[in-house]
Amino acid sequence: MLAHVLGVTFDGFAYGMLLFVLSVGLSVTMGLMGFVNLAHTAFAMLGGYLCVTFMERLGVPFLATLPLIFLATGALSLVFERVLYRRLYRAGELDQVLLTIGLVLMSVAACSYFWGTEQQPVTLPKYLSGYFSPGGVDLGVYRLFLSAVGIALALVLVFGLERTRFGAQVRAAVDNQRMARGLGIDVNRVFAATFAVGSGLAGLGGALAVNMIGLDPNFATKYLVFVLLVVSVGGLGSVGGTFAAAVVLGISDVAGKYYVPEAGAFIIYAVMVTLLLWRPAGLFGRRS
Amino acid sequence: MSADPQTIDPQRLIAEPLRWRWGEVVFWLTLLLPYWLAPTYLSLASQIAIAALFALSLDLILGYAGIISLGHAAFFGVGAYTAAVLVLRAHWLEPFSGLVISGLAAAVLGWLTSFLIVRVSKLALLMVTLGVGVLLAEAANRLSWLTGGNDGLHEIDVWPLLGRFTFDLYGRTAFFYALAVLFLMFLGARRLIQSPFGLSLRGLRENMRRMPALGAPIRHRQRVIYTIAAFYAGVAGALLTQTTQSVALEAVSFQRSAEILIMLVLGGTGRLYGGIVGAILFLVARDQLADMNPQYWFFWLGGLLVLVVLFLPGGIVGSVDRFWRWIARRR
Repeated sequence: MLAHVLGVTFDGFAYGMLLFVLSVGLSVTMGLMGFVNLAHTAFAMLGGYLCVTFMERLGVPFLATLPLIFLATGALSLVFERVLYRRLYRAGELDQVLLTIGLVLMSVAACSYFWGTEQQPVTLPKYLSGYFSPGGVDLGVYRLFLSAVGIALALVLVFGLERTRFGAQVRAAVDNQRMARGLGIDVNRVFAATFAVGSGLAGLGGALAVNMIGLDPNFATKYLVFVLLVVSVGGLGSVGGTFAAAVVLGISDVAGKYYVPEAGAFIIYAVMVTLLLWRPAGLFGRRS
Repeated sequence: MSADPQTIDPQRLIAEPLRWRWGEVVFWLTLLLPYWLAPTYLSLASQIAIAALFALSLDLILGYAGIISLGHAAFFGVGAYTAAVLVLRAHWLEPFSGLVISGLAAAVLGWLTSFLIVRVSKLALLMVTLGVGVLLAEAANRLSWLTGGNDGLHEIDVWPLLGRFTFDLYGRTAFFYALAVLFLMFLGARRLIQSPFGLSLRGLRENMRRMPALGAPIRHRQRVIYTIAAFYAGVAGALLTQTTQSVALEAVSFQRSAEILIMLVLGGTGRLYGGIVGAILFLVARDQLADMNPQYWFFWLGGLLVLVVLFLPGGIVGSVDRFWRWIARRR
């Protein structure tokens, strides 16, 4: 019994790590620029499809695809940022929501055109499949890998934000953009770089996700709501908040599906609505 | 305003928009044309009228009060299912009162949720409206003993309208019914917008901090318009049920909420006709294009949305308006 609960908790934690990788980029860029980028999961979807293409068509080993996808998605997002997003920084939420929804629709159509509408199969390398069973608790190897990636990423990001000069500039711009500009920080460049990293992470998350939650052209819209949930509950601009929210949501979702399947998505959305009414900026959000 | 401040007459400012312009009269008359010009498309025309009413309801909160909602289909769905349950369970078969009752049911839900809505803004507002919409969709799914769940409810036959007009196979009755309801509700909305209450809403939208200084309570006004908008959406949903004799889960889905938002933005927010124009454009285009290839439809819709946001702020109606003003200045 206990083994089962531990197993479910671990599954939820791994799912939470995946959500964390998918969401952290959005949380930081929204905290930094206030730009509602609903196309974030479209970048993730693209990352997933790139992974499938690299592995199946070009025979690149799985672990090698990950940094490639990170760089490719990051670079592509810079193009979008310069051509499209930059014009709407001062526009209201509605315009940003609609522009990015338009991009999502186009990406869904493009992906189904190029890759078809079926689920994409991906063959994992042998060392990442199977189970590791200490003390009778079944821990999937891939999920262990995901958890390790998530925790490592969180540590790298926190270190990057707290200890590097660039991280200090990011934090300054999140806290008070006008003041940061006044101090001579090139906020536009900081934002472009952060946006690239964030979208790159989304692409990375998409590549990691193919094996755990599948990939089809509806990925962008299906997981957009989850990512928004994580970001709004965790608080914009907070890596720790996103981590906490992702873990909580991941575990609640998986545990809910196992133990209370009748409740469905009810619990999560009810919890989210209540939380947002209590703390509109999220649990760890900076703006009041 | 380009007019010289000293020559603005406050009475004219309030009274002028109430007058019907010939363009508006022509517009409404052309809406009758499908009966003669496209008799095989009348059921599509009814759907357009229903969507136009739904978009109008969203415009009341989005265009005039600045509340962005990603879950407006909740009220549409409540209206649709109430109309169905009225007929199937309560055996209340009179159509017009059925519309009103369904609208009121949606309005009650709107009033209750409005207390949540007015407390948040920006991302939290988007998420709360989305959350409410999804919660309601889940509820509709779970309460399948009432809503029919995935199968929906069927054979919802109301009495003939005014005792004489039954819903025929060609959709003629449905068309005129939907159009008439749209027109009446539109008149109501138009009057509301031009009233002092409507003016105060526009004030709220433009400068929320200034309004309390003028003595206008923000939250109360927002709650009122949110409830009214919910009523409108509920009537639209009930209209759908009565004209199609059925109701399904998609009436309360996120897709519906997203579609109506897109329709409204394409047409233009904050101008009462935007929702109608957007609904016509969107549904006609979808009818023609989506049959060929659903992927093309998504792609071009997405592209159109991007273009409208970047180059056509105010949507189609806004751009036409700007065009007329440009021409007027040229004279």
